[in-house]
Amino acid sequence: MIKIKNLIHEYIRRDEEENVVDIKKAVDNVNIDVKPGEFVALLGHNGSGKSTLAKHINAILYPTEGTVWVNGMNTSAEENLWQIRQSAGMVFQNPDNQIIGSVVEEDVGFGPENMGIPTEEIWQRVEESLKAVGMWQYRKKSPNKLSGGQKQRVAIAGVVAMHPKCIILDEATAMLDPSGRKEVLRAVRALNQVEKVTIIHITHYMEEVIYADKVFVMDKGSVVMEGAPREIFSRVEELQKLRLDVPQVTQLAYELKKSGLPIKSGILTVEELVEELCKCR
Amino acid sequence: MLRDITLGQYYQVNSRLHSLDPRVKLIATFAYIISLFLFKNITVYIIAGLWLFVVIKMSKVPFKFMVKGLKPVMMILLLTVICNMLFTKGTPIFSIWKITITYEGVKMALFMTIRFVMLIVGSTIMTLTTTPNQLTDGLESILTPLNKLKVPVHEVAMMMAIALRFIPILMEETDKIMKAQIARGADFESGNLLKRVKAMLPILIPLFVSAFRRANDLAMAMECRCYRGGEGRTKMKPLIYKLEDKKALACVTLYLIVLVAGGIAGNYLPI
Repeated sequence: MIKIKNLIHEYIRRDEEENVVDIKKAVDNVNIDVKPGEFVALLGHNGSGKSTLAKHINAILYPTEGTVWVNGMNTSAEENLWQIRQSAGMVFQNPDNQIIGSVVEEDVGFGPENMGIPTEEIWQRVEESLKAVGMWQYRKKSPNKLSGGQKQRVAIAGVVAMHPKCIILDEATAMLDPSGRKEVLRAVRALNQVEKVTIIHITHYMEEVIYADKVFVMDKGSVVMEGAPREIFSRVEELQKLRLDVPQVTQLAYELKKSGLPIKSGILTVEELVEELCKCR
Repeated sequence: MLRDITLGQYYQVNSRLHSLDPRVKLIATFAYIISLFLFKNITVYIIAGLWLFVVIKMSKVPFKFMVKGLKPVMMILLLTVICNMLFTKGTPIFSIWKITITYEGVKMALFMTIRFVMLIVGSTIMTLTTTPNQLTDGLESILTPLNKLKVPVHEVAMMMAIALRFIPILMEETDKIMKAQIARGADFESGNLLKRVKAMLPILIPLFVSAFRRANDLAMAMECRCYRGGEGRTKMKPLIYKLEDKKALACVTLYLIVLVAGGIAGNYLPI
């Protein structure tokens, strides 16, 4: 689905005379392979290059070196641009800044309108995608009157209406409150499981990573850890060195294990920990 | 509180006028405005007045909302009336000191006022019965032929629509920034005019910065959703003339014919 090979992206700062002042490698030699239908999480604290990476998948940025293929199309080739943007939809951080329409249904119809879809089919798609994220009853509302989580679900519906193969959530939960984050994640997981849409979820909230099939941890522009959530979270010390917090349960299990209790590593949920603790008796 | 501000002055009721195609309403308003300036005699104003009365009744909008539109232009209206009264030469009615009021002056001022009031009320009806979004759509559709003259009609309409969407957001933001500055000890209420204008700076600068940031984000989000200008774009809610719209257009044409006939006839009247 998405194949990233030796990707390097440099931000070049120039002064008034176009002389290069500063070169910053935001993404440094990254190799990532995402299969269709996967739920992939991309972790990393601020400035680790994860958003820059995401913009490559949508052909907003072009590689300085290396190649990105989306659905078999090279993102550097200009003739593929609209095809790529259609097959890899993007949801951004601030819900207010990505909603274009002044009525919910109009906003969801914006993408299909741009693609030149006939009117009846637009309505069909709008209905499908609003129902998929559970916002159908709000279709006539103004986006300004919705909560953050609802707005973000509208934004997701707007992407879904374009029938993408893959949705990239670029810190889409960062500005939401806990209940809003849950709403959005539930909608995204439903899309992943029911519609088999590939999801790339970029975040710095560890709890949201548990359900992913695969986790990539980024630091200073390169991928430093990769694997299933359970593997990643069993490496608690490494994560702490990268200034990332593991979920509370995992942390507790880790501390208990360190102080001598026979608990397996990489515990993700409360139930698992309870089960392990019961075994200890 | 700021969330509840509605733009324009759209008045929500179900009337035949509300459900008309916005293009018909734009054309009708335009025709009406021109019709007011075609002739300068009493018959025209009577015909236009009758037409206006029928339209107001059809719109089901309370009359006081139309008069509201007049308030901001009251001063200009008053000024034109005074100027017309004082400076029109002709047969004098009476004079005090150096000021002479003439028959022509009074007539001119009267006609001016009627014309002005009818003009404002007429165009207010349009904004009262059409949502800003419908208006933008209608304008875009009517002006599309200008595309051939390289006028970016779609882009301008898109800008208007986005502006309408962001006004409440920016209002809220202004409110937030203002409160944040007040919390830091800023004072917006006291001092003379200059001081107060200066006090607005710490609000305006952050507001502009954030508006630019929003614009940047929005442009990226639009590109991500395959936005590439008006070319090859389909409409979710296309504007189609219905039977009702055609009837309305016929009425407007009829009105224009009657008005022109009345205007020509009126020229032979003694008034």
